[in-house]
Amino acid sequence: MSIIFFLIGCSVFIALIFLGAFFWANRTGQNEDMYTPSVRILFEDEVVEDEKVLEEGVRKTDKK
Amino acid sequence: MSEVRDLVKGKVCYHCGDKVEDTPYLLDNRTFCCLGCQTVYQVLNENNLQSYYKYNQHPGKSQKENTADLSYLDESNIAAKLVDYKDDKVSIITFYIPVIHCSSCIWLLEHLYKLNPAVAVSTVDFMKRQVSITFKHNELSLRELVTLLVNIGYEPKITMQDVVKEGKKINQKDLIGKITVAGFCFGNSMMISFPEYFGMAEFERQYAQFFGYMNLAFGIPVLLYSASDYFKSAWRSLKQKRLNLDVPLALGIFVLFFRSALEILTNSGAGFMDTLCSLVFFILIGKWVQQRTYYHISFERDYRSYFPVAVTVLEEGGERPIQIADLQVGQRILVRNNEIIPADAILLKGDASVDFSFVTGESVAIEKTLGEIIYAGGRQIGGAIELEVVKPVSQSYLTKLWNNESFKTQEKKFDTFIDFISKYFTLGLIAIAGVACVFWLVGGDANKAWGAFTAVLIIACPCALALSSPFTLSAALSIFDRNKFYIKNTGAIEQLSAIDCVVFDKTGTISSPKSSTMFFEGELTETEWSLLSSVCRNSNHPLSREIVKWLGPCTVVPLDAFSEITGKGMEAISGRVEIKVGSASFLGVKSVNEEGSMVYVMVDGEVKGYFTLEQAWRKDLSLVVDRLKANDYELHLISGDNARRSDALKLIFPASAQLLFNQSPSDKLQQIDAWQDQGKQVCMLGDGLNDAGALRKADLGIAVSDDINNFSPGCDAILDGDSFAKLPSFFAFAKDAVKVIHMSFAISLTYNVVGLTFAVQGTMSPLFAAILMPLSTVTIISFTSLTTRWFARRRKLIG
Repeated sequence: MSIIFFLIGCSVFIALIFLGAFFWANRTGQNEDMYTPSVRILFEDEVVEDEKVLEEGVRKTDKK
Repeated sequence: MSEVRDLVKGKVCYHCGDKVEDTPYLLDNRTFCCLGCQTVYQVLNENNLQSYYKYNQHPGKSQKENTADLSYLDESNIAAKLVDYKDDKVSIITFYIPVIHCSSCIWLLEHLYKLNPAVAVSTVDFMKRQVSITFKHNELSLRELVTLLVNIGYEPKITMQDVVKEGKKINQKDLIGKITVAGFCFGNSMMISFPEYFGMAEFERQYAQFFGYMNLAFGIPVLLYSASDYFKSAWRSLKQKRLNLDVPLALGIFVLFFRSALEILTNSGAGFMDTLCSLVFFILIGKWVQQRTYYHISFERDYRSYFPVAVTVLEEGGERPIQIADLQVGQRILVRNNEIIPADAILLKGDASVDFSFVTGESVAIEKTLGEIIYAGGRQIGGAIELEVVKPVSQSYLTKLWNNESFKTQEKKFDTFIDFISKYFTLGLIAIAGVACVFWLVGGDANKAWGAFTAVLIIACPCALALSSPFTLSAALSIFDRNKFYIKNTGAIEQLSAIDCVVFDKTGTISSPKSSTMFFEGELTETEWSLLSSVCRNSNHPLSREIVKWLGPCTVVPLDAFSEITGKGMEAISGRVEIKVGSASFLGVKSVNEEGSMVYVMVDGEVKGYFTLEQAWRKDLSLVVDRLKANDYELHLISGDNARRSDALKLIFPASAQLLFNQSPSDKLQQIDAWQDQGKQVCMLGDGLNDAGALRKADLGIAVSDDINNFSPGCDAILDGDSFAKLPSFFAFAKDAVKVIHMSFAISLTYNVVGLTFAVQGTMSPLFAAILMPLSTVTIISFTSLTTRWFARRRKLIG
């Protein structure tokens, strides 16, 4: 049963890594702006020429 | 099909979507309302940024307004104040750009590098309407950068009070870190405590000590880091001899840790470390909920956020921009179209037509004559004017308000229910713990005495109580928010419920700047009526259009001669009748009253009457007044305007209401003070900078605004003009919210009493504490949010 020391050690260690990751994210301001990235991700590098398809897409996002 | 679409498109400006009737601005088969919009389109087209128009239809904002002079940005001491960071190569600056409103805005502002390669990165924060730009200042000066933004229609708002920088001061990162650590320790110590609760077989006992030490290891960061604020706050309040709720909380946390550590180290028990972690975790969440605030609305604005950073000074050597703070008496300043007059000054040259809407809420420009003193805060409309400063900026008629005592105190402190209750709670708690301890000591059982004493302090730790107020009030806050009533913090809601006297400002508050009504005093014959209409039809001046609208449909009389002098009036001859329409000075008559814009009508040298343009009352004003009156609120009106329309107001307001006119900004402040001295809890509703003193002095200051992204004076809450009719419901709902707090207080007290009956007997087990603490918390959180929503539904604030 001594394996339990090792297992608990592992689980706490992994949890600590996530804790550290959260602190890193928080410190680098990743939680500061919760809205803009959701818009930014929908931009294309160059908007496609086919206007119809795009307008349809825009209309859908507008409705939301 | 496409033709039809083009026709439809042709009626609005391709850039901003404004209606276009007849326009010379045509490009690529697209119509524009003005040269500004067309230029933006051209700039974007040349740089391959047409996608801007594809993400949204007509994403632009009208460019009809002229742009300001930017030469002050070349002054290095001003520029240094504005930038966030600067090294040899790059500068970083954050601008507040109020026109940011759609995804196209984000797209364009983040593609600035395509317009100018000297821009390295630009990042938009949509909610705050800010853009942060990193640029190479050797290749692109700050002025050129701002010019670039102005050219594409995104003029940053640069003012004396840097709202952007002040917004950055609000920082919750520290609290979030503490919550994270507490949550992490809570989860882990809970897991490690499970074996203890489920019971361990004899051979498993060897692990108990290991689990104990692990628990202790999780408890230490919670005590030293996460809970540190409570100890600091408790210590501070003890030093001030005031007992706030943090005192019993800190005491409970400390006793929990101390007793658990003792039990673990002496191997005499399992301790309550998981309870400690969950307690700290929950109360920190309560704190976070309470501190959550609007990042995109600033409640702390003063006159500095209305005033520009710099003004142009005329010196022998020519023009020079200087910082407003450095402006001295006797200096000659040049104020261009759309610029703000920064200090009380005498008009020396030019036609001054000053819009005081920032100050009074009245948006009609007022004409000033040479030699007249113009108070600071007005915005010049028309050509450039020259003035001589007679008072320094901080001593102006308007700004000296901020030298008043009530602006010196840091923050308004609201009396909250929790503050009131915590004093008695703490004393009662210590008394019970002491009695239990003494009782067992007398009985000769020192162990039980220690157990009972600590258990009382642990179990009665007012965790649920500390949560009831933040959760109720933040639920209420989000309901107010949905109804376009933005309250600064949760304390202000409790203050709102205590109000018994409501004071209104007139212009812009109970009247709406959006809608206005024409009044005519005098008499016109039918022929004069249609003649007037025919004359006014020829003018594009907004007042002429209002007059045409007011006159209604009439027969058009042909005019033999017509001339218009911009900003003054018109004269026309039809047959043998000569008609003159315009300002008093244009007609050469004495003005009947000084304020507001008036249009006189003169036929054959005889004044027939005059038009005045007045703001219309807000819809439902009388309904709001009636409902507030029915709920026994005292109502008053306090206006900087003259008593012109007092008769109409007397009909709306109850007889007991005081209607005060011609009040200066400091009169308003003193009047509020006088009502407060009578023991009333005063709520002031105002909109302009001249109300700033009263808003600050009042127990609760509400700024009424028709566009919350616009600037409004410093206050405790901002009410969107559209929601004005709901005001009585807001007052009633605030009272409901406080009722919910009282009820949840009763619930948490019941939990405490149940816990205490076990605690005083010295029979509290760790498992019991571990269940009771989260259970009471969950009850309170769900009770408060559900009841608050129920009340909101009853008040018809949510559907």
